[in-house]
Amino acid sequence: MHFVVCLKQVPDSSEVRIDPKTNTLMREGVPSIINPYDAHALEEAIRLKEKVGGKVTIVTMGPPQAKEALRKAMSFGADRAILLTDRAFGGSDSLATAYIITQAILKIHETDPVDLVLAGKEAIDGDTAQTGPGIATRLGFPQLTYVIKVTDITSDTITVHRKLETGREVVQAKLPALLTVEKELNELRYASLPNMMNAAAYEPEIVTANSFEFDVTQMGLKGSPTSVNKIFAPPARSGGEKLDGTKDPKGVAAQLVEKVFQENIVMVSPDAKGGNR
Amino acid sequence: KKSTPVAGGDVWSGVWVVIEYNRGEIAPVSWELLGEGRKLADDIGCELAGVLVGHDVEAVIPEAFAYGAEKVYVVDDPVLKDYRSQPYAHAITDLIRQYQPEIILMGATAMGRDVFPVVATMMQTGLTADCTVLRIDEATKHLLQTRPAFGGNIMATILCKTRRPQMATVRPRVMAMPERVEGRSGEIIREELGLTEEEVLTKVVDFIKGDAKSIFLDKAEVLVAVGLGIGSKKNLVFAEELADVLGATIAGTRGAVEAGWITHDRQVGQTGITVRPKLYIAIGISGAIQHLVGMETSDFIIAVNNDPDASIFRVANYGIVGDFNEVVPALTAEFKKRLQHGVAK
Ligand SMILES: Cc1cc2nc3c(=O)[nH]c(=O)nc-3n(C[C@H](O)[C@H](O)[C@H](O)COP(=O)(O)OP(=O)(O)OC[C@H]3O[C@@H](n4cnc5c(N)ncnc54)[C@H](O)[C@@H]3O)c2cc1C
Ligand SMILES: Cc1cc2nc3c(=O)[nH]c(=O)nc-3n(C[C@H](O)[C@H](O)[C@H](O)COP(=O)(O)OP(=O)(O)OC[C@H]3O[C@@H](n4cnc5c(N)ncnc54)[C@H](O)[C@@H]3O)c2cc1C
Repeated sequence: MHFVVCLKQVPDSSEVRIDPKTNTLMREGVPSIINPYDAHALEEAIRLKEKVGGKVTIVTMGPPQAKEALRKAMSFGADRAILLTDRAFGGSDSLATAYIITQAILKIHETDPVDLVLAGKEAIDGDTAQTGPGIATRLGFPQLTYVIKVTDITSDTITVHRKLETGREVVQAKLPALLTVEKELNELRYASLPNMMNAAAYEPEIVTANSFEFDVTQMGLKGSPTSVNKIFAPPARSGGEKLDGTKDPKGVAAQLVEKVFQENIVMVSPDAKGGNR
Repeated sequence: KKSTPVAGGDVWSGVWVVIEYNRGEIAPVSWELLGEGRKLADDIGCELAGVLVGHDVEAVIPEAFAYGAEKVYVVDDPVLKDYRSQPYAHAITDLIRQYQPEIILMGATAMGRDVFPVVATMMQTGLTADCTVLRIDEATKHLLQTRPAFGGNIMATILCKTRRPQMATVRPRVMAMPERVEGRSGEIIREELGLTEEEVLTKVVDFIKGDAKSIFLDKAEVLVAVGLGIGSKKNLVFAEELADVLGATIAGTRGAVEAGWITHDRQVGQTGITVRPKLYIAIGISGAIQHLVGMETSDFIIAVNNDPDASIFRVANYGIVGDFNEVVPALTAEFKKRLQHGVAK
């Protein structure tokens, strides 16, 4: 079976801040990492390959530095990595990003038919969770989002558990299909030393906007229907009120609970079992 | 029937809200969005409609009118009984092509974030994810869509200027719930699905309902989180009693996970799960940055810690400086008293 993993290199988003003076992103010195959800997508692809045989191809769209992420990904046991990199791809929104990645998958599919595409639930920078479903739709593959368990894979079906607000859903889809995955899906492995050494010298295949029949009107800033009009820092969270609970804990507790109700923080009734949506 | 999704002209008109109805339950965010949609429709000067896709949805139609829809578009078909991306997207896209709304909104729920990207791709239009503020630009009448990104570290305002409809998913519990006015009515427009079961590529085999104890952390509305400050596993019972009263889910720090008091799927933070509950109660948690990044966008934070200088107080709306042994049982008793009197409902 042929598994394709969509993997994005992202800035460690917990360290990205807004410059309060210029209202621009401060990315300098922020380390880049493999999008955490995508690491689990890769892990699952490798596990499935180990189980049913086949190969794992990684597709990444990003700047040339993303090679680093691809080498790291190769060290876990992938077979092939493709980097889509071109200035013309820059500024793509999720619709355009899905278009570009889909074109690459279709190209791969011509010579090496794809059975399953795996993507992360969302990227921790853009946070839209729209790219995976966009790719599935363009490929005409059924999509299974929020996957936390793959229970069965046959030559023409896959069965998974999906994580929803109020529980988990068991769904079966025809192959080829696309999954977007949650972190609970699996535990990440460590790369073996020989794999790491091989990967260090690995050169990903490069695809640019001229490599095959891309429609330039569907990519980059111009091909993106959404545009970021402005960015700004969220209102800073300042510490609230501190109450002294050392002398009269009961009195202070009563005072706090009173405030919670005054602030109208809607409480879930115990029988709603936390799934009040 | 296929219209090209270009902006401008007066063909694209109206604000639509997709009402989320599955397994006999309506997601409340659907009504929140009818409330918000009303304001947007008034600012543009257009009508507000609800979209109802599913099976056996008849009883929901009057509710949509009660919450402010002037029109309801209905696609009711047995194929739509269980939610599945493909037939739902098919139904919504067909309605859009035929009736051409200017704006279409849905909750940023598991369902909304699954189906809307499919619809946007089929329509070749823009979609803004997980919005928290929506406004109409006075001059251009474009929809200004504001959303958090980078894990809540930044806010961005997104526009979709040249294509229609303008699409957004909106975070639940951010917009106010509108007043429900019984007896309102409006026009009902029914359309066929035009898709058979044989054409659908997925099948829902089973659904396993979660309870408060097993609910996934990032979906929980109330979390009671513990840190190393509770001292031992047996003291977890203090947190559990509070959680029971609040219908909350237990979570904790990496420290608590490493001590073996809670499992890793309960860990909040950089190497755990990012959560955004309505209420986060932190007990014996110092507030290390790796923990804060996973919970600081919670709507409301209460912290209990015996160190007045603990970092957790910097993000807490209310902090109680004290020993959890005394403070937590007192909180539990107090919440119990108030909730039993029904004040919270
Ligand atoms: C502040 C900000 C706000 C934005 N808001 C929006 C918005 O509301 N709507 C919109 O359409 N765009 C938006 N964008 C643009 C969006 O971030 C980019 O289009 C991005 O390329 C893809 O979206 P994402 O990061 O949200 O990824 P997601 O859709 O969250 O990613 C999901 C999965 O898709 C795969 N994937 C995503 N990108 C790549 C890639 N480059 N290479 C390989 N696999 C990938 C990965 O498996 C990933 O886990 C925004 C960008 C910024 C900076
Ligand atoms: C790369 C990396 C990733 C990490 N990822 C995460 C992560 O995802 N999530 C995470 O949580 N941590 C993470 N950590 C660990 C983090 O740095 C902290 O060590 C951890 O959060 C501390 O846990 P704690 O608050 O439970 O314990 P402590 O820091 O030990 O705090 C215990 C607190 O309890 C208070 N206390 C003590 N006794 C009482 C009492 N009787 N009553 C009330 N209060 C009391 C103390 O004043 C203290 O503030 C990570 C660290 C690294 C380096």
